[in-house]
Amino acid sequence: MVNPNIQGKRYPRSAAYLVGREKIREFARATFASEESIDLAAAKASGHSDLVAPPTFPIVLQEFGLKLVIADPEAGLDFSRVVHGEQKFVFQRPIVAGDLLTSELSVASVKSLGGNHMVVFDTEIFDDSNSLVCTAISTLVVRGEDA
Amino acid sequence: MPEISELTIGDVIAEKNFNLDRDSLVRYAGASGDFNPIHYRDDIAAGVGLPGVLAHGMLTMGLSIDPVVSWLGDAGKILEYGVRFTKPVVVPAKGRAVITVIAKVAELDSEAKKARIDLQTSFDGNNVLGKSQVWVQL
Repeated sequence: MVNPNIQGKRYPRSAAYLVGREKIREFARATFASEESIDLAAAKASGHSDLVAPPTFPIVLQEFGLKLVIADPEAGLDFSRVVHGEQKFVFQRPIVAGDLLTSELSVASVKSLGGNHMVVFDTEIFDDSNSLVCTAISTLVVRGEDA
Repeated sequence: MPEISELTIGDVIAEKNFNLDRDSLVRYAGASGDFNPIHYRDDIAAGVGLPGVLAHGMLTMGLSIDPVVSWLGDAGKILEYGVRFTKPVVVPAKGRAVITVIAKVAELDSEAKKARIDLQTSFDGNNVLGKSQVWVQL
């Protein structure tokens, strides 16, 4: 299912990701956000330097870290048996277009629960001055062979 | 921008329906980069024992907060947003799945000017997200 010894493991920092204004619009429209929320003049009137990314946008950065886990032979994570259990985003500040972000995933915990494993991943997202912008916390349930 | 002094616990601040069809899932796959085929291929969904093609949990989470962002008028006021995925949303090949979101005031912190908004996201009469909570700065 997943190797419990990866608890505490920290994966390498991702390459820099430049948050694009049109990527924000694409993601916002795909999540049914209003056109007002992707209006540049409105964002600037609210005091932002550019468009604000939708609250679930950091999932894109979390994915970079999860790909490392999936490719890690030590983790032994069978992704075909994974169900997304919980997700949380905690913001220190909003993500705006023009941000140059990197992310770093660590394994917060691995627990066994009724034949399944519950793995909690923390992904810290930093800007180009290395300040924490957002933490994405994801709980994945890895179903056991009999589940 | 809503004023915290005008809010009472239990107030419904927004209620909205969302219509999901297969196009919605393909669009979300492209925008998010999550191309798991259980979100667009009936044969693969059935092959792993699912009741049908499912909406991405992250799509349900993403659209559920839209009424709160619209109410605030600024996505930058979202401090924290978390959910538990409790039930899948099955999206038919023809037609659509209707998701209803109701957002209510659950907790007020007048000193810090923060509020917790709880979301009830339902499909087919069942809640599909649990413990769906948003902290906002007012």
